Amino acid sequence: MAELSERPFEPGEYPVVIVGSGPGGLQLSAALTRRGVDHAVISADPTPGGMFRRWPFFQRLLSWTKPYAPVARSSRAFERADWNSLISDDPALRAIQVDLMDGSSEFPSRPEMEANLATFVERAGIRVRYGCRWESTRREDGLDGQRFILVTSDGEYRCRIAVFAVGVAEPWRPATPGMEFAAHYADTRAAETYADRRLFIVGKQNSGFELASGLLHWARRIVLASPSPAKLSVNTHSLVGVRARYVQPFEDHNLGGGVSILDAAIESIERTGSALTVRLRRSDDGSALAVEADEVIAATGFVTPLRDLPEIGVATFGQSRLPAQTPWWESATVPGIFFAGTISQGSGGLKKHGIPANSGAVHGHRYNARVLARYIAEERFERRDERPTLGANDVLGFCIDELAGGPEIFHQRAYLSRVVSVDPSEGIRDDGVVPLSTFLDGGGRDGLAITIEADGSGATYPTIYTRRSGTIVEHQLAPHPLMDFTTLEHRRAIADILAGFGIA
Amino acid sequence: MASNLEIADTLAGFALFADLPSAALERVAHTFEETWFPDGERILRQGLSGSGFFVILEGEAAIIVDGTQRATLGRGEFFGEVSILLGESPVADVVALRPMRCLVLAGPAVETFLVEQPRVMFRMLQAQARRLRNANRWRS
Repeated sequence: MAELSERPFEPGEYPVVIVGSGPGGLQLSAALTRRGVDHAVISADPTPGGMFRRWPFFQRLLSWTKPYAPVARSSRAFERADWNSLISDDPALRAIQVDLMDGSSEFPSRPEMEANLATFVERAGIRVRYGCRWESTRREDGLDGQRFILVTSDGEYRCRIAVFAVGVAEPWRPATPGMEFAAHYADTRAAETYADRRLFIVGKQNSGFELASGLLHWARRIVLASPSPAKLSVNTHSLVGVRARYVQPFEDHNLGGGVSILDAAIESIERTGSALTVRLRRSDDGSALAVEADEVIAATGFVTPLRDLPEIGVATFGQSRLPAQTPWWESATVPGIFFAGTISQGSGGLKKHGIPANSGAVHGHRYNARVLARYIAEERFERRDERPTLGANDVLGFCIDELAGGPEIFHQRAYLSRVVSVDPSEGIRDDGVVPLSTFLDGGGRDGLAITIEADGSGATYPTIYTRRSGTIVEHQLAPHPLMDFTTLEHRRAIADILAGFGIA
Repeated sequence: MASNLEIADTLAGFALFADLPSAALERVAHTFEETWFPDGERILRQGLSGSGFFVILEGEAAIIVDGTQRATLGRGEFFGEVSILLGESPVADVVALRPMRCLVLAGPAVETFLVEQPRVMFRMLQAQARRLRNANRWRS
């Protein structure tokens, strides 16, 4: 345990202050450090990844790390199979999660995930001031520009750029009459304490079905209800909906195994003697229904703990009170305030065919953080990244390699893209990974943006957007049953696109 | 920020959802997703596939065809349904003129939604009929 005097980042002025020591804050700190951007990291938690000390209840994460993949663990392409490790250009910092799992499951346990983050912090030399709670925020306009003042339990931090990576972690419940009789998901007890109880779970998303799955053999009866039908990820062909690990309650429901899954609005919860009565209105025919339960659990989600940021002008939206963001994860209403980690899902991107990016999970937002670090370094600190030149003969192979192994466009489909610019004076350059919407809407040099997309039918396919004289054209390439985008057909299609730029 | 109950109350005042009882409105609020666009952001992109159906809760948007603004849309109005119904890419950009809060339903979910909510489909048909009538008036 470090002595108090050894804690880094005394209160004071820093160019950038990151709040949070979860995967989002840590990934951003590592990426900013690599680009030489001085910053402080503060966290209310005592150690990295505080959230994983509490959730999910039933121990294992929903995100996999496959120990055996067709590519080397030290390669960038392995990130496609490893959803949990943080990312780095340094091979020694890659795939850390793999070696910290006991081999019994590809889904890490909470302690394994905590160890993964702590190991990354140690090896990457990330410094965090733990036990430092951000409490309030002010804006100050001086002669030399605007600053934010973050008031913390340790004192005041002043900065021009503040990045909040505090998770979407504050329990939320609707204002339904009697909801105070319900415990929130966040307060779920040990499974055995629900033995022989009649449970009513409000909410039919992953948290509700996680509880139902974990308590199936303990509870006497489980009823889950919310107004709209539950979606299943295996039906949406995406991470939208209840994950495959939690579908057992559906079988119990269908076969009369003590689980009922209802589409109904919860009108009230009333105490009746030692039990609770949940009054419902069915979504299909509007009829009333009452269900008696010993306990009601509100699996109604979480909101973003933004404290007083809305009072200084940060606009929020949606049930999760996510901050409205630009494509570069900056507050749409208060420039200089950025977001990392799961909050970055507030910058939704195109959501083509209704499929969101994976910014709500580590395997999505770790890339957002790296792109954000480059943006902050270039736009605010004039540390411009090198854009490597590509030979005309190399472009086709470059595109194929990205489609075959590039992790950013694989995990953040139709959200992040690899951009190659084609300019008569500057030649052909790898412009790196950027949010797809900035390529489509931002103007700029001629070029192409490579990404991978899915249409919700189960098909996954490469898409290349070209920009020539300001006109954007979408080129969808063929899907492949084994997701092999290196076939002759794909090479020919890309060659045709490149020919439009005069690249043979 | 608004809860689903507050969104259901808002929807009750929109012509598109005016025939729905409260339980159905709450289900609509659960089915759609709330989204927010800063001033100047493109919401629909002319010629690009995979867009959604949008209902405006707050704000104002411009319909832009080949760079020329043709019309504006405001609170309670909707857009994006034509390309979804026809299975084609949008023939116009829709751009936020002010910060916009919208509800959005993914393209692949629109048919199921309309079939389940025939009163919404009827109201949408009425709106389309009005647009067609107005377009015919301009031509004559």
